[in-house]
Amino acid sequence: MDENLISINKLSFGYGKELLHKDINMQFNRGKVSAIMGGSGCGKTTILRLIGGQLKPNSGNVNVDGKVVHEQGREGLRNIRRKMGMLFQHGALFTDLSVYENVAFPMREHTDLPENVIKDLVLLKLNAVGLRGAHKKMPAELSGGMARRVALARAISLDPDIIMYDEPFAGLDPISMAVICDLIRSLNDALGATSIIVTHDVAETFSFADYIYFLADGGVAAEGSPKQLLASKLPFVKQFIHSEKDGPVPFHAEAPSYQSDLAL
Amino acid sequence: MNNILNFFEKLGASARSSLSGLGSCARLFFLTIIYSSDSFKRFNLTIKEIYFTGVLSLVIIIVSAFFVGMVLGLQGYYTLEKYGSSEAIGVLVALALVRELGPVVTALLFAGRAGTAITAEIGLMKTTEQLSAMEMMAVSPVARIVAPRFWAGMISMPILATIFSMVGILGGYFIAVLIIGVDDGAFWSQMQANVDFHNDIVDGAIKSIVFGFTCTLIALYQGLVAPPTAEGVSRATTKTVVISSLSVLGLDFVLTSFMFV
Repeated sequence: MDENLISINKLSFGYGKELLHKDINMQFNRGKVSAIMGGSGCGKTTILRLIGGQLKPNSGNVNVDGKVVHEQGREGLRNIRRKMGMLFQHGALFTDLSVYENVAFPMREHTDLPENVIKDLVLLKLNAVGLRGAHKKMPAELSGGMARRVALARAISLDPDIIMYDEPFAGLDPISMAVICDLIRSLNDALGATSIIVTHDVAETFSFADYIYFLADGGVAAEGSPKQLLASKLPFVKQFIHSEKDGPVPFHAEAPSYQSDLAL
Repeated sequence: MNNILNFFEKLGASARSSLSGLGSCARLFFLTIIYSSDSFKRFNLTIKEIYFTGVLSLVIIIVSAFFVGMVLGLQGYYTLEKYGSSEAIGVLVALALVRELGPVVTALLFAGRAGTAITAEIGLMKTTEQLSAMEMMAVSPVARIVAPRFWAGMISMPILATIFSMVGILGGYFIAVLIIGVDDGAFWSQMQANVDFHNDIVDGAIKSIVFGFTCTLIALYQGLVAPPTAEGVSRATTKTVVISSLSVLGLDFVLTSFMFV
């Protein structure tokens, strides 16, 4: 069995004429928690969408378990996606369904399990994220952290091989953040899954990730284990980890000279 | 010279964007048909949507229909009376409703009530990434979200138009017979003798099916292409009403010219 469950090979992608990613290579090992970090707008979430087949690369490919994602037809893509669970930035819970129905949704869509089995499984998944008691609530009644946990229970409802997290810590209070951190690691290990986290929260990610990629300027600026990256002398990595406001990533956006703008 | 060129450039760009929109809308329709079999297997989703688009539109349809019928009764009576044929009021009210006002006014109300709700709901689902989440769960949003709403609109619209015509006729009856005092028997018998099942009722039903198709597809399409922002959803909702209303009125003229002329 290949050690890499997902590999991104010489991938280039852009929304318009300008490329967001240029010749990127990444490998995500089985059973590991990998993180993709980088500043806002550097295309972290786009990588997840390319892995999920929601976007097609301009060149290169994404390979999931030996299959090139963008070459798959409707059925092939469906099979790949059935092995994936994704936690969206704001949970993306179905607002017209209760917490229980949200978690049951993938089971009802993809299995013929009887109702009593679905009930047991839903309560099991909700228990794993600590929200069994909230199964009757509607998404509008949940706090941001709770919604994220319910979405996580939904993402793992079919025991996926790959779990992708899009900014799982954004907008959470420190307690919810610690809970999500703990859940990502424990669910990954309990399910034997491969997790990919897109984030820009340094402290949390460095505390539990196995491998980290830093994206900048359309490519992978640095990669390695948290320990290796903490010891890195690369200016970009140092600026990012220590939250320095100026450095390789400039404070000012690209602009004509200040004098010409002020007509001096 | 430049102004003229700019004008033609803008005209061309707008024609191209309209055509491309029409093409995407047609593509959505074919995708909906392809995914309809998945959707029919779980018809309870369509029934739920029929409740939202059809049953919940009943109040506005019934109240509007009764008032439209009453106005037709009043206006018709005063005009027909001048020619000494006030007994024909039943025919006038029935034909006006079954052929034109039933399908057209129902479609306009449908676009305003159910169409905007569909656009806003799908637009917000897109904004909050619910459609993306569904796609990532290997569930097609066309099968789960679009197809049930499409068929609910197609089923609800002709039923609503029929109810509109029936209630409108009762409104006309209330004014003409109960208030003004036109002969009860003449009201119904003239209607019975002059309203043809094939030429009037079936043609009216065909109109309502065409309008149901148009309004529902426009509402679904606008929701799906709405930019994922508050402003984008609000604009899409407005577009649904404007485009649906204009399409219904334009199509009504075309259909009328084929059916009744």
